[in-house]
Amino acid sequence: MSKHRVIPGFGLSLGFTVTYLSLIILIPLAALFVKAGGLGPAEWWRILSAPRVLAAAKLTFGASAAAAMVSVVVGLLVTWVLVRYRFPGRRLLDAMVDLPFALPTAVAGITLTSIYAPNGWIGQYLAVWGIQGAYSPFGVFIALTFIGFPFVVRTVQPVMEDLGTELEEAAATLGAGRLTVFCRVILPALLPALITGFTLAFARAIGEYGSVIFISGNLPMKTEILPLLIVAQLEQYKYRDAAVIAAGMLMVSFALLFLINLLQRQLNWHKR
Amino acid sequence: MHHRSSTTESAPVRWLLIGLALLALSLFLLLPLLAVFVEALRRGTDVFCAALVSPSALSAVRLTLTAAAVSVPLNTVFGLAAAWAVTKHQFRGRALLLSLIDLPFAVSPVIAGLVWVLLFGAKGWFGPWLADHDIRIIFELPGIILATVFVTFPFVARELIPLMEAQGNDQELAAVTLGASGWQMFRRITLPNIKWGLLYGVLLCNARAMGEFGAVSVVSGHIRGKTNTLPLHIEVLYNEYQFSAAFACATLLGLLALLTLGLKSAVEQFTHQRASGRI
Repeated sequence: MSKHRVIPGFGLSLGFTVTYLSLIILIPLAALFVKAGGLGPAEWWRILSAPRVLAAAKLTFGASAAAAMVSVVVGLLVTWVLVRYRFPGRRLLDAMVDLPFALPTAVAGITLTSIYAPNGWIGQYLAVWGIQGAYSPFGVFIALTFIGFPFVVRTVQPVMEDLGTELEEAAATLGAGRLTVFCRVILPALLPALITGFTLAFARAIGEYGSVIFISGNLPMKTEILPLLIVAQLEQYKYRDAAVIAAGMLMVSFALLFLINLLQRQLNWHKR
Repeated sequence: MHHRSSTTESAPVRWLLIGLALLALSLFLLLPLLAVFVEALRRGTDVFCAALVSPSALSAVRLTLTAAAVSVPLNTVFGLAAAWAVTKHQFRGRALLLSLIDLPFAVSPVIAGLVWVLLFGAKGWFGPWLADHDIRIIFELPGIILATVFVTFPFVARELIPLMEAQGNDQELAAVTLGASGWQMFRRITLPNIKWGLLYGVLLCNARAMGEFGAVSVVSGHIRGKTNTLPLHIEVLYNEYQFSAAFACATLLGLLALLTLGLKSAVEQFTHQRASGRI
């Protein structure tokens, strides 16, 4: 372990990295947990079991999960078409997939709202079917899908590109139809990447704020998401409530990422 | 060219899938982008231009540029240092450090703002001390910068680490053997090798810094003409039902996004490799 280091700059670069990381990320996050942790279980229970918090949690996690699921389906379709087929405009399409990453969330929020509002380009057709686009839980779902699906494409794409066609050829030789090959050969190989994409989209959706608050309408108990609830508590100077909700959210996010990391490691191990 | 083989679908299925993907992406991506510009120009170019040159819009642009000008270089230096430490050396706790660098990706922007309020806000830990010394952080420029630095923290590092890991240390080791100093090695060997990845990381970091909304919204206090960044200015206009003005300012950020995507594609084409980053 402690042999002579050949390339210089180890102490300086690691020292700076750890100091900066601590000052910007770790100490502030620790302050949040200390603030929330100092309150005791009874207080935590009182804050987290409030009906408004529960309603917001249900919407946040429910809409995020639904959006991540749809992102996986749409993302898989788009990735398949981008990787397997050649058609005019493919490169442009590939570049466009990153738009939700690059477009500031506030801009995404107002433009999605204008499209899905009852008199908007898409909202007016939804209204005919009795579906309310903007200012409803469905609107939250739309915004979160917009934000989430590039994660799926960008995680699955490199794996699909590296996937050789040998196994598919072998399966076809053995008489498997195209659909069977897809379900039994291709899909299992993509599964770890799909799960990673789902997790990234889900984790991002839980914390998403800017794109949601415009389209949701922000009605307490109905279309209010957890991050907005934190802001609402802060505006009333309820620092403790805000800290507890935030700490709870972070614990769920970290636990989710950890769990799915484990799951993925198992799947990868299984593949070998 | 497209003869039927055992590893592709029949032509009708192929075109159906391409059609579906195109439809999904146009409804989902192109339409919102188009809507920004259509809504901005709905009430004519006069309203559009007036919105862009209004004093509060100009001050928002200035503040956004200032916040990015401080936070992007800070996180670039961090990204270089972290990538150097992690890829050129082996040490205990390296895997932990890698996960900690990714941590901000899992933190809601609102929480990224909240942590600074808990530390430096009027009722925060250092609040009273700061008030005694007449130092203001929350609802002022320093708070906006801190929130921006938090959310853009991993971008440059995340771009450089896989790149430098893939490149290995052979050239640096050769340079050491030939007697190069650390600085010479960095400037003459490492930097030229990573310049495109670095540029791309900086682009992503900058796009996020200029577009950040949630974190900045929590610490800014929304004081018009003073602590409103461009995304916050858009929110204020929108909430005042000045839709055309809000979308006019949004076109600036929309163009920034398009520019970022265009440069990304150009860099990828130039280097023939896919950048891994996400914004």
